[in-house]
Amino acid sequence: MEWDWAFVWQIMPTLLAGLKLTLLVTLLAAVVAAVLGLALAILRRSGNRAVARGTAALSEFIRGTPLLVQLYFIFYVLPDIGIRLPALLAGVIGMGLHYATYTAEVYRAGIENVPRGQWEAARATNLTMRQTWVHVIVPQAVPPMIPVLANYLIAMFKETPLLSAITVLELMNQAKSVANTYYRYIEPMTLVGVFFLAMSLVSVVFLRVLEARFGRMAK
Amino acid sequence: MGDWGGYLSLILQGALVTAKLTVMGCALALVVAFIAGLGRVSRFAAIRWLATAYIEFFRGTSIFVQLFWVYFVLPFAGVTLEPIQAGIMALGLNVGAYAAEVVRGAILSVPRDQYEACIAVNLTRFQRMRHVIFPQALPLMLPTFGNNAIELLKGTAVVSLISLHDMTFQAQVVRAQTGSTLIPFATILVLYFLMALALSRAIRMIETRITRGLDGVR
Repeated sequence: MEWDWAFVWQIMPTLLAGLKLTLLVTLLAAVVAAVLGLALAILRRSGNRAVARGTAALSEFIRGTPLLVQLYFIFYVLPDIGIRLPALLAGVIGMGLHYATYTAEVYRAGIENVPRGQWEAARATNLTMRQTWVHVIVPQAVPPMIPVLANYLIAMFKETPLLSAITVLELMNQAKSVANTYYRYIEPMTLVGVFFLAMSLVSVVFLRVLEARFGRMAK
Repeated sequence: MGDWGGYLSLILQGALVTAKLTVMGCALALVVAFIAGLGRVSRFAAIRWLATAYIEFFRGTSIFVQLFWVYFVLPFAGVTLEPIQAGIMALGLNVGAYAAEVVRGAILSVPRDQYEACIAVNLTRFQRMRHVIFPQALPLMLPTFGNNAIELLKGTAVVSLISLHDMTFQAQVVRAQTGSTLIPFATILVLYFLMALALSRAIRMIETRITRGLDGVR
């Protein structure tokens, strides 16, 4: 079987539609991950030990199990208790939740990397808690987090093909369906690979720029 | 009410396949990681480029895409692999690429004066790597290798999509036969988590074993 350019041009619109949905899912899931991750990071720092422990255990569990199974869980189990989510929403929530456990770690490390002296200085100059966070801690903690968070954004983008397993018509699923229709696998599968590779090579350059701009976070 | 014992044994059979994939995938990943990681710090530019190309390629696309490519496209090129071979190959090469960067980072983080000392005492390049650089770099790699191994374990779920009868696939079978969703998926989530715990324990044991006698040195 040989590479057929005519076939490539024929399936290109379908694949591009899939790519659009892939990007949309990535962005939505990234927003969920960023917000939920912050919530997890705050709960993790909670004064109530039961809450802090519980959050840590939950994060550990989510990080130790496959995203695919979590997606199945959300898509197939939740309807049994009356929560029926559309595939796209289930995918966004599943991916967002999975990566929230990773972004929470980034937030935690970012905050802990602000030297203790900064907290003490803020207290010495009689800043309120709010002023301390808004004017001292956040401006120092956030810039080093940006490249790391961007890294997870790229990781999420690469994981979106998993959503095809719960019937979201993203890039991989579109490729699979055209491949099954015409029984030609070489072009669609290779193109999916090329799309992802191209996007990730571009994003590596983008990441270097972010790292140069904001610096790397010390581990 | 179905035959729960039978379904459980189905899932446990799947767990065995998952464990097998994880172990063999890790073995392949380890070999590939050292070859590519050492390739990245080679003195020959051609080898460095080759290693970089491999790493960027496999890190740039996801395990899912690679698996489908290996399984659906390679047969047209005359290479037909069993699902389990395709699974091990894709998992090992994918995680190997990530681990190769770990190897490279650890080797580069050994201080320069160690290299200079080796030159001063006239060690060959091989001796330098074998006796000086590598023993110091290995403890730095291990914790991240542990994370990579867990990523690989999580990646094995994807092979169910090329109809390999791993744990996730068997859970789907049980779901299809019983109509119950909570029990099979909750069971495999717990089993995956236990496997991940076992992996991180094992890595920690290897870590204490390898860093024995290094207290105070680093």
